Amino acid sequence: MEHINEEQVKRRRNLRLLTNRVAQFIFMLSTLFGVIVLGILIYRVVSQGIGWIDINFLTGKLSTEPERAGILGAILGTFWLMVVVVPITMILGVGTALFLEIYIKKGRLQSFLQTNIANLAGVPSIVYGVLGMTIFVRALDLGNIVLAGGLTMSLLILPIVIVASQEAIRSVPQHLSEASYGIGATKWQTIRHIIIPAALPGILTGAILSFSRAIGETAPLVVIGIPALLIPLPGSIFDKFTVLPMQIYYWTLDASLVEEYANLAAATIIVLLLVLFLLNLAAIIIRHKFKKIY
Amino acid sequence: MSTLTAKRLNIETKLSDDLSKGLRPVEKVKKMIYETNQLHIWYGETHAIKGIDLPVYEKEVVAIIGPSGCGKSTYLKTLNRMVELVPDVRISGKVAYNGKSIFDESYDVEELRLRVGMVFQKPNPFPKSIYENVAYGPRIHGIRNKGVLDEIVEQSLRKAYIWDEVKDRLDTSAYSLSGGQQQRLCIARCLAIEPEVILMDEPTSALDPKSTFKIEELIRELKETYSIIIVTHNMQQAARISDKTAFFLDGELIEYNETNNIFNNPSDSRTEDYILGRFG
Ligand SMILES: Nc1ncnc2c1ncn2[C@@H]1O[C@H](COP(=O)(O)OP(=O)(O)OP(=O)(O)O)[C@@H](O)[C@H]1O
Ligand SMILES: [Mg+2]
Repeated sequence: MEHINEEQVKRRRNLRLLTNRVAQFIFMLSTLFGVIVLGILIYRVVSQGIGWIDINFLTGKLSTEPERAGILGAILGTFWLMVVVVPITMILGVGTALFLEIYIKKGRLQSFLQTNIANLAGVPSIVYGVLGMTIFVRALDLGNIVLAGGLTMSLLILPIVIVASQEAIRSVPQHLSEASYGIGATKWQTIRHIIIPAALPGILTGAILSFSRAIGETAPLVVIGIPALLIPLPGSIFDKFTVLPMQIYYWTLDASLVEEYANLAAATIIVLLLVLFLLNLAAIIIRHKFKKIY
Repeated sequence: MSTLTAKRLNIETKLSDDLSKGLRPVEKVKKMIYETNQLHIWYGETHAIKGIDLPVYEKEVVAIIGPSGCGKSTYLKTLNRMVELVPDVRISGKVAYNGKSIFDESYDVEELRLRVGMVFQKPNPFPKSIYENVAYGPRIHGIRNKGVLDEIVEQSLRKAYIWDEVKDRLDTSAYSLSGGQQQRLCIARCLAIEPEVILMDEPTSALDPKSTFKIEELIRELKETYSIIIVTHNMQQAARISDKTAFFLDGELIEYNETNNIFNNPSDSRTEDYILGRFG
């Protein structure tokens, strides 16, 4: 006990314990804040909307009469949107991630691409909307159909899928791919038999979370010009469409005209939250089911 | 003409002399499998291998010894071009396998790695079943027939002395095996592609004496069919299992000779110091 003065330690003890207490209290408050706000939000939405959810609401078409309005069109629109977004982002996202992690030599080009992708992930969604409007709706003359919206949404979440997939690929231990190369496997064989199976849970988790981002995103579709009018149910990716969050947007906008529209918006929010909740659940299950074994 | 070929020709003339005198061929006349000339390797700025010449003959066990960081693993990884997986690596000089330079543009790396198996320091089985681990090599090289695969898997596991321990649980995960068993499984996986050479980087450093003993037995056995180049930190092991020993120091090959000579009568004082544990 040469350097430690016992008197001093004792004197400072109480202060240290107090600081510890205060810190704990502050952190608890911060956590509570989030929980409480979320609680209020959910309570309000549910109490306002739950009474409006029934089979007619889920399977009915849009209508100006609140009593008869349903969201089947928006549900189908969201479905068809995902039919475009899922394959495109999975193929391009995982492909890009594999290229950056495995094929390309680490160097200037690699870090240039990497930085750009990271920056793209931070671009506001409305900018993607403008981009989609310019390229898909106007230049390619697709019009405001599902395909155009889906391509735009794909651009929006692609950077997130790429980065998540890269992390998943990087977390596959080097010694596994070395073992594979060591017995004469090509890069592609190693990717297919060793890297993808080991990285798949991580890739899927990242992908699902970004799909839920695409399902909830509104701004780019507002720019592309989703019709606020009553449109027929979309039957393919070449039809005009609306999606759940757009429906929420329009009903909220018009709630000043027809009071019940607010309830319809709340009911739609419940449906949307449920979908997102299920997606998150799927991600969690995947993560737990494929616990890393190496 | 390089000194090496000169030496070889010398041996061959000697052989024909011996034959003409009706003697049995001298054991030393073996095919050269690997020829290394003036090999240099850099990792970025680190000069890891500084001009190494090292011939390896068939059906020989060559031990590589030397202090940590002297370039043993680097040299081993060069022989099947695994070293190229390291970013920023630079290679100069020549390594020829069966007379063909492996750094040629047209050289087929996958083919090389099919002929030259590698066993790593840490057991690295795939997160697959025991069966799939061994069948992986044959599968990626195009063998589909279940009967053939079964045969290869059993043969390889038998050769690696692990068949009896796993034959009833081929479908369980390789991760359910002990470290020693995993390493023997990795050896089986390597044997399944029927290589001509096996490179081993400290294959027993993570194992207990009993598993080590089993693997040394295995190496003695395998030497009948394969050439083996093994890196080891264990002097007794090198003395026990190898025919020739190469002593590396700081990226240079200090001495390469019959194991007996290296251990009993080293010609370089640094070799002696290292073997006697004076440094490294
Ligand atoms: N991937 C790498 N990147 C940069 N330098 C490396 C890399 N691998 C090895 N080196 C360097 O090259 C030199 C030789 O390393 P190597 O792994 O071949 O040594 P070693 O003889 O196998 O050592 P050990 O007995 O500890 O395994 C060392 O100086 C090491 O720091
Ligand atoms: Mg090493």
